[in-house]
Amino acid sequence: MSIDIDTARKVAKLARIRVEEAALPKLAEQLSGILGFMEQLNEVDVTGIEPMVSVTPMRLARRADVVTDGNQQRAILANAPDAREGFFAVPKVVE
Amino acid sequence: MNANTWTIAAARDALRKGEISAVDLTMSCLTAIDAGDALNAFVHKTPEMALAQARAADLRIAAGNAPDMCGIPLGIKDVFCTKGVPSQAASHILKGFVPEYESTVTSKLFGAGAVMLGKLNMDEFAMGSSTESSCYGPAVNPWKVDEVLRTPGGSSGGSAAAVAADLCLGATGTDTGGSIRQPAAFTGTTGIKPTYGRVSRWGIVAYASSLDQAGPMTKSVRDAAIFLQAMAGHDPKDSTSANMAVPDFEAALTGDIRGKKIGIPREYRIEGIPAEIDALWAQGREMLREAGAEIVDISLPHAKYALPAYYVIAPAEASSNLARYDGVRYGHRAALAAGDGITEMYEKTRAEGFGPETQRRIMVGTYVLSAGFYDAYYNRARKVRALIKRDFEQAFAAGVEAILAPATPTSAFGLGEMDQATPVEVYLNDVFTVTANLAGLPGVAVPMGLDSKGLPMGLQLLGRPWDEAGLLNHAYVLERAAGFVAKPDKWW
Repeated sequence: MSIDIDTARKVAKLARIRVEEAALPKLAEQLSGILGFMEQLNEVDVTGIEPMVSVTPMRLARRADVVTDGNQQRAILANAPDAREGFFAVPKVVE
Repeated sequence: MNANTWTIAAARDALRKGEISAVDLTMSCLTAIDAGDALNAFVHKTPEMALAQARAADLRIAAGNAPDMCGIPLGIKDVFCTKGVPSQAASHILKGFVPEYESTVTSKLFGAGAVMLGKLNMDEFAMGSSTESSCYGPAVNPWKVDEVLRTPGGSSGGSAAAVAADLCLGATGTDTGGSIRQPAAFTGTTGIKPTYGRVSRWGIVAYASSLDQAGPMTKSVRDAAIFLQAMAGHDPKDSTSANMAVPDFEAALTGDIRGKKIGIPREYRIEGIPAEIDALWAQGREMLREAGAEIVDISLPHAKYALPAYYVIAPAEASSNLARYDGVRYGHRAALAAGDGITEMYEKTRAEGFGPETQRRIMVGTYVLSAGFYDAYYNRARKVRALIKRDFEQAFAAGVEAILAPATPTSAFGLGEMDQATPVEVYLNDVFTVTANLAGLPGVAVPMGLDSKGLPMGLQLLGRPWDEAGLLNHAYVLERAAGFVAKPDKWW
């Protein structure tokens, strides 16, 4: 599977990473190389094999549906690049 | 008295006999750290905190019944969140991030009285094999045999360099595809990746959650056993941590492996492997045989697909885990131009904050998870992963207790040497180590000797799930037989 420049642009967009137009050909080439390497997996007969979900067969533990944490507004906002009046602040998202 | 060169076991005993105080032991490490800046191993130093912890440890030791790790000065990989201390996973995107909470591993270590000297260099988000993707610049291998500066490996390269250069008695590492075992092999140190689920991942910056596992990096197998004991155990905050009793790892070091079956996987005899590594592997087989083990050939037919499967699964999980770095809750946010909206904020922040390899892995992961490709890549890789695990299960079912293999395809390479290599050529570093992560197995790297250049080489043992105790005992036998005592000549 070869990645063309349009696909590279689309992947960068989906990943929310700005990639300048000039950098797209190199990116497409590198992604193609990596995906080409993955093509080896097509040699394996996986008929009837279930995709692995958990490397250690285990049932996820359940706990009582009760509040165990909270009231940590200061701690949660402490590392925010922009926090105001108890909220995370971001550029305007609603006109 | 150069107490910084001691093993954890020696320091533990000396502290109890009153031959040294935790404060003096910590001071000797802090002095070594300040003299070791050329290694770029410690990237955030915490001397005041270390001395406060050491003073508390001295009181606890004097009171009696202190745990083994009490007063032991350690380095902590930058990927562990440490309360009040920068924790960046060597990424620009977490610049300025100071956690409000403590990871379970560091919390357990501090609870046992261990001392934190500072945070250690690594590849950005643990993605790499050389620490060259670190936002702090590369860590440097203390082993220097000519004019070339070499990598200590990665991603736990700062940890490996710090332990090898005696800047600390031991260090934490994490291993997603070999990131404890490869740097241990490159620096003549010991490192164990435990069974997936043995050590809590809570508070460790996530790379690939189904593969990540933390473990100790030390100067001896005994130290690895003591250190792992303090890290391991069930944690309700990590839903994948196993609710199982942790055995006494140090007590398992009997040196008796008579009658144990050791598997030699024929698929690990790959082309292009240096003759020296191959010869070392043969030596390791002989050592285990002489100790009374039975050496058997085994087949892991899907091992050759481990690397491509890993490079689908790990980036897929990374693309999901790293979606949280959006410039809103922590770390870096790009300066925005007039009219920029939230999408521009995400895109600019992530372009500025992530290094090239992290960006590549996020994008590869995004691609393999995207509509239309999910089955072809991600589901297929997960099926191959199931087959890789089954290969190991069949070997263990046939009575194999441990598997002996090389740890790395080469000894440490020069910094910058891989600059012109393609990403896939760089990934080949992980060829011997990724299988253990995909199968969730414990693996340990043990230093065995020096190559003709004078650089350390290690071998790797893989064990049955949850049998770190048996695995460490096999490693102990190998360690004693190899008698590796060489230290790097101090040039820094």
